[in-house]
Amino acid sequence: MTALLALDGVGKRFGSNEVLRSVTLELGEHQVMSLIGPSGCGKSTLLRCINALEPIDTGVIHIGGERVSGPGVDLNRLRREVGIVFQSYNLFPHMTVLDNVTLAPRRVLAWSRAEAEARAEQLLRRIGLWEKAREYPERLSGGQQQRVAIARALAMGPRLLLLDEITSALDPELVGEVLGIVRELAAEGMTMVLATHEMTFARDVSDIVCFLASGTICESGPPDVVLSNPQQERTRAFLHRILQAQRI
Amino acid sequence: MTVTKGDHGDRPQRAPGPSAAVPASPGTPRGVPGSRPWPYLALLIPPTGIPAVRKHVAARRAARSGDNFTARALAAEATTWSWYSAALAFTLLLAAFAVLFLTANDHAVIDKFFNPGVLRSSAPEILRGFLVNVELFLIAEVLVLPWALFVACLRMLPGPASRPIRALAIGYVDLFRGLPAVVAIYLIAFGFPIAGLPVLGSMTGFELCVLALVLIYGAYVSEVFRAGLQSVHWSQAAAARSLGLSYVQTLRHVIAPQAIRRMIPPLLNDFIGLQKDTALVSFVGLLDAFNESRIVASNEFNLSAVTGVGIAFVLITIPTARLVDRLTARDARRQGSRA
Repeated sequence: MTALLALDGVGKRFGSNEVLRSVTLELGEHQVMSLIGPSGCGKSTLLRCINALEPIDTGVIHIGGERVSGPGVDLNRLRREVGIVFQSYNLFPHMTVLDNVTLAPRRVLAWSRAEAEARAEQLLRRIGLWEKAREYPERLSGGQQQRVAIARALAMGPRLLLLDEITSALDPELVGEVLGIVRELAAEGMTMVLATHEMTFARDVSDIVCFLASGTICESGPPDVVLSNPQQERTRAFLHRILQAQRI
Repeated sequence: MTVTKGDHGDRPQRAPGPSAAVPASPGTPRGVPGSRPWPYLALLIPPTGIPAVRKHVAARRAARSGDNFTARALAAEATTWSWYSAALAFTLLLAAFAVLFLTANDHAVIDKFFNPGVLRSSAPEILRGFLVNVELFLIAEVLVLPWALFVACLRMLPGPASRPIRALAIGYVDLFRGLPAVVAIYLIAFGFPIAGLPVLGSMTGFELCVLALVLIYGAYVSEVFRAGLQSVHWSQAAAARSLGLSYVQTLRHVIAPQAIRRMIPPLLNDFIGLQKDTALVSFVGLLDAFNESRIVASNEFNLSAVTGVGIAFVLITIPTARLVDRLTARDARRQGSRA
């Protein structure tokens, strides 16, 4: 089995600030990978590099065996296959929920309105928000908006879904409804990479956990190993801090 | 400004402030006005001072009887009335000075600026001229929109390959924003025919003036468009691009619809400027309202016709200005409700 996503020596710098250095990882189809690590360790940048919202400086990225980094790559095609959900939802405020979900299938895949809306109905029913289809995003709670953002990404039928700290901006009581959907997606075999601070969730849902520190993968492996019995000192220190924070 | 002299000592000027709010004293001289407007100043003393004093007295009484709560409430009302009286007195004072100015030198100002006879007799020419102004700015406004959008798009082209085009757009905007409008109109409307340029040289003066106005205001409006498009947060573009939308699709379906709402107030402001600047075409000989009024002014030795033109310009700008206010207020409300 070739990996669906493969990064080889990926590096990225903003000016003199080296955000990613020589990141190498592989993810098979139907697998879920969690990226954990302290703030500013490069989790978000890594996700943004995978779907080319940020160009990478060194290394190569392959998706489905095809090279998708470097000049001359059809980025629009790449992005059709890789969906991303952002921490701050980034729904289009001037469009209804339904239009948010149908925009890309209609404009990019050239589906008819009826086709796109049928697909959107299916997705919105699934996240339990079909009755909000005609509402504007600002009338929805944060958790509802984030669920719509997931539906919007799924509407393009991506092979890979990137989730960038999607519960970090939510009130604690809304986190569950969003993570519930991610859990369902994982159970259905959706390939996902998620940056998260929810350690319990990461342990439950992922096949691989990667601990990132100062732009590089410090430790990776099955969640039981990385989260329960970390080999690296830095991983231990990080998990210790998280545990302490939760006790307060 | 010439003002009749010598009457300052007749009655003390009332300084604005709570003290201006004393009740109208019956002792104010009520002489026969004649040609001297000073006695009219008695009208300045606002009767709103009476409730201010009354509330104040009542507040003192309540305080003496130990009812502090009522006293505070009454004192607060007294303060409000006092300030209101002061503001009113100040406004009336300025209005009185305006009246003084207009009636000074035996109504010379009114005669030279607002002579009804001249206003009436010059009205047909002025209105005919004003139609030229209206035609100018309507045509220019319609043409400015696509032109400015085009320039803004050129300036926002992405990628290193478009650098020369971006530089060109920046150069154009810098040139026409910096060039005084009257100079630009002069150069284009006089220069092109003199230079005998193929198509441009054979355009009429009116057409050349429209061209000049479009070029000048195209520079301003393109900046309005660009600022509006760039005011939409980059995360919106990121979300759209991540869904596979192209640059142009993102602009059209995600960025532009959100930007247009924010662009309308500054756009209308520029249009007000454009409307006013149509008067500049009189310097290249177009018979617009201002030019017509200057002819009347020199024939009659009276500026009333020019005042008439001024009034016409102000009148057609006011609706636009109020519309800008309302749109700005609406946007502020919307921002507030979202925060």
